[in-house]
Amino acid sequence: VSEMEELYREVILDHYKNPRGHGELEEPDAAAEGQNPLCGDEVSIFVAFGGDGETIEDVRFRGRGCAISQASTSMLMEMVKGRTAADVAEMNRDELLEEVGIPLTPIRLKCALLGLGVLKVALHRAKGTPLPEGWDGLDELELT
Amino acid sequence: MAVTTERRLDAERIRADFRIFGERSHGKPLAYLDSAASSQKPRQVLEAMTRFYETSYANVHRGVYELAARATDGLETAREKVRAFVNAPAAREIIFVRNATEALNLIAYSWGLNRLGPGDVVLVTELEHHSNYVPWQYVAGRTEADFRMLPLDDQGELRLDLLDETVAGAGHVKVVATGYVSNSLGTVNPVERLSEWAHERGAIMVCDAAQAAPHRRIDVQSLGVDFLAVSGHKMLGPSGIGFLWGRAALLQEMEPFLLGGHMIRKVGYEATTWGDLPAKFEAGTSPMAEAVGLGAAIDYLEEVGFEAIERHERELVTYALERLAEIPGVTTFGPPPERRAGIVLFDVEGVHPHDVAQILDTEQGVAIRAGHHCCQPLMQKLGLPATNRASFYVYTLPEEIDRLAAGLRKVREVFG
Repeated sequence: VSEMEELYREVILDHYKNPRGHGELEEPDAAAEGQNPLCGDEVSIFVAFGGDGETIEDVRFRGRGCAISQASTSMLMEMVKGRTAADVAEMNRDELLEEVGIPLTPIRLKCALLGLGVLKVALHRAKGTPLPEGWDGLDELELT
Repeated sequence: MAVTTERRLDAERIRADFRIFGERSHGKPLAYLDSAASSQKPRQVLEAMTRFYETSYANVHRGVYELAARATDGLETAREKVRAFVNAPAAREIIFVRNATEALNLIAYSWGLNRLGPGDVVLVTELEHHSNYVPWQYVAGRTEADFRMLPLDDQGELRLDLLDETVAGAGHVKVVATGYVSNSLGTVNPVERLSEWAHERGAIMVCDAAQAAPHRRIDVQSLGVDFLAVSGHKMLGPSGIGFLWGRAALLQEMEPFLLGGHMIRKVGYEATTWGDLPAKFEAGTSPMAEAVGLGAAIDYLEEVGFEAIERHERELVTYALERLAEIPGVTTFGPPPERRAGIVLFDVEGVHPHDVAQILDTEQGVAIRAGHHCCQPLMQKLGLPATNRASFYVYTLPEEIDRLAAGLRKVREVFG
């Protein structure tokens, strides 16, 4: 397997071309957007909670950017549906990176983690769940 | 019978001076198509710097011993080479700075901050690199001057026909700032005509020549500009050195930019007076070895010859545009080859530039730039958040453009 094939695995390309949970929710219970100004990746995430007000019943995203950022956000949508806000707020980035499953340089790592960061900001705003250190007071996630 | 033949450059022979081309990237020979971001360095430049450090290094200007005199001679010889390089009237008009960005900030702060005010207009272009855009936008904001932008046509050339309209009713035009060659589209701008227009209105003409200096002969007198900014690192020189040329009369009137050692005449408790040009704008210890390296880069470029460089780049751009046109889904931007430097900006439909650049690198060892190229106003105009840029220089071979094309076919296949 070449380096290129390792990076652009079939599953990454599939999520990029056919993103899961793509779209918006009209009246989301939680929402946030963010970008990676370096390469212009953009992601907005919309969350609807279930009857208990804690469980993520529906989650959608809209965005544009490189295959890594869009595919990893698409994968994230599948991973967090049905989990509670508190659970997702504590979700370790390695859990997502394992799912993404490709070797990433520091620059591409930011692409892969954009969606997770935006989701954590959305949950923090709606539920007051903790944010990673140094993220307090963010108006908008900007991975710089 | 008089026969004139245009000199050609021998890129293969030139490459022998650049050890970096012995490097491999992802196991493939390096195809460096990112010279518009920064050029590679020939051994002549590196050796000149090493020789300076090994035989002539001391702090310049103030030392009374022989070594200090040799160091000063190294710095001042470089200044004279720069003077001749841009055909400036006097060497004291050459100010060594870190890069073109610092040179442009120097003008914006020292000239702009003290001379602009409400009712004044600063005009830049839609093609500007952020380095000749953000300082003017900032200083205009600080002084409450009006900040205006001259638009481009669809080919990426300045709409000179809209000059009057762009500033109509805005007040007194005090500064016109333009790049000579665009770092993203490669457009060669009609600086002479802009200078004339600026001077008719009593404005100063500021030219960012960072992307021009590597590719074309520059003559500040025929361009008619008042200030010119250049970076060394894009023209085979080391990083950390660039220069500002300015008319002596303007530089003399201006407030200093950085304050400290060497730029003074007399320091007292009550007041300090400034030194003569160029010292007034060269506070602190100069980038001495870097200046020597820049001088060696100028020697190298003069030896190759700018006619030959322009011709080589025009041929490469023509070839690249042909090869890229053969690939479905690839769109190129910019003016025709005869009016652009060795730069090709392009988009691959449905594929983000970072993915394009990544695949070119891993599959072909081809290094291109992906992003906004420090030209967000231009990217907005093109309606793209980011684009791909391949750029060529004296050491670029047509085979490297073939590898670019092969890599782009692979990109299409992967994302098809």
